[in-house]
Amino acid sequence: MARMEIRLGGLGGQGIVKSGVILGEAASIYGGKEAVSTQSYGPESRGSACKSEIVISDSPIDYPLVLAPDILVALSTEAFVKYSPDLKEGGIAIIDSDLVKAGEIKQKVRLFRIPAATTAREVMKNALVTNVIMLGAFTAISQVVSPEAMRKAIAKAFPRFVELNRRAFDEGIRLGQEALKQEKR
Amino acid sequence: MASKAVLTGEMFTQGDIAAAEGAIAAGCRFFAGYPITPATEIAERMASRLPRIGGKYIQMEDEIASCTAVVGASYTGLKSMTATSGPGVSLMNETIGLAAMTEAPMVLVNVMRGGPSTGQPTEASQGDIMQAKWGSHGDYEIIALCPSSVQEMFDFTIQCFNLAETYRTPVFLLADEIVGHMYERLIIPPEDEITIVNRKKPTVPKEEYLPFKADGDLVPPMAVFGEGYHFYATGLTHDERGYPVMTPEAQLELIPRLCDKIRKNADKITQAATFETEDAEVLLLAYGGEARSAMRAVKDARAEGLKVGLFRPITIWPFPSDQLKKAAANAQQVLVAELNYGQLVYEVERHIRGEIPVHLIPRPCGVPHTPNELLKEIKRRTQ
Repeated sequence: MARMEIRLGGLGGQGIVKSGVILGEAASIYGGKEAVSTQSYGPESRGSACKSEIVISDSPIDYPLVLAPDILVALSTEAFVKYSPDLKEGGIAIIDSDLVKAGEIKQKVRLFRIPAATTAREVMKNALVTNVIMLGAFTAISQVVSPEAMRKAIAKAFPRFVELNRRAFDEGIRLGQEALKQEKR
Repeated sequence: MASKAVLTGEMFTQGDIAAAEGAIAAGCRFFAGYPITPATEIAERMASRLPRIGGKYIQMEDEIASCTAVVGASYTGLKSMTATSGPGVSLMNETIGLAAMTEAPMVLVNVMRGGPSTGQPTEASQGDIMQAKWGSHGDYEIIALCPSSVQEMFDFTIQCFNLAETYRTPVFLLADEIVGHMYERLIIPPEDEITIVNRKKPTVPKEEYLPFKADGDLVPPMAVFGEGYHFYATGLTHDERGYPVMTPEAQLELIPRLCDKIRKNADKITQAATFETEDAEVLLLAYGGEARSAMRAVKDARAEGLKVGLFRPITIWPFPSDQLKKAAANAQQVLVAELNYGQLVYEVERHIRGEIPVHLIPRPCGVPHTPNELLKEIKRRTQ
């Protein structure tokens, strides 16, 4: 696999940094690839703009930051507005359909709307798993990392809530697959 | 969490955590500190790990006390460290001088963030290069290693301890926020494959021990406080017994030795990494997180047929002068890219001595140059 750049954007407290670490660990430790994960957040930690970047490759990674993402995952309108112009032509944008008001994107991209926050609240009865649902959708849509590798990394990341997060991830996979089907229609 | 000291195996982790694990693997059993972004994770990890493996963690009231506690712990025979960022080093400088003067082995991790003053706490910087060398007053030498990856945060922290123990001196791990907060694969080797150096112990009878009488390598053997050796230590200029002496002769004997034990062993201490330097007409010099951008820029330049090489100092202090001259043998110019407004460039100029031009590519902000920005600068200077 050539260099693949992924950016996750949202607000501090949504699990953006945690998601980036899970994704990097899945790709690197459980997926046998090279991966670097970096984060950027404000001193406030909670509620301020927050992003997480993951670079995945088959060969050692020199420059660790994202230049133009192949994939953008957005959990806030602010993150979408700020980062979507950087997306590569033909790239993928995965956004939360309730948290993000998506405007125009100039370049040609594949846009997927996932009701992660609503599903977390109404189906999982726990808003905290929104990010894990998004990781499931990301896994199904991008096929960058195997679901098995992701499951291992998620179980390791939340040792006290393994079952809840496993179900959230599977729900995300299902939503991602549905979004893919809708795209083909 | 496991209670083993060396967590042999593979993990996906942060540079800061890797530094903490490197310290523990090197035998560090005392940490005193005051949390500060972007080095807090080192203190957190040490607070969690040290008590489980027979070590001690103390959160002090500030950085001055932290560094002083580390000097004291070192004198009791423990491998000791602290971790902070530039603002913390500003406060610790008082006691870094005390450590240099009393020859206390210790490791200080500085995960550099934007300055001066409170600056940009969560953003990267390489603004403390000169502070590490010249921070405390008076003549003394320092050793500072500069990591570019999570693995190097682990490996170099072990080396920092080994150097501190070998030369009885404070040693810096001079990291930046990029490397400190970045997550990558870390491989921790089996315990018996890790090289550990311990300080020289006295070989003379207790009543004959002189704590500041150096051997031929200019380093005095170090007894442990409380083991019965007469051991007096002071920040004042002192004789071999450690007693204050205010004569010019005493200063003339002590200060050159403190400096020369590092200067005269520079060939054993200095390290640098090179990439494509043999036929390089342009030598790009970068270190720490910025070196990752530079590496990519060199690859991109080579792909376009430009003869560019990368020189990456691993020891910033002492500066790898011989290695630089060798790498620059065929170069027509040296470009120095750093995440500040020009610091290590002065040292590069000092060693190149005007033989070829040295140009600075400064970046006094929290994000490293993109590879393309460096490539543009290379082209601008060559065309």
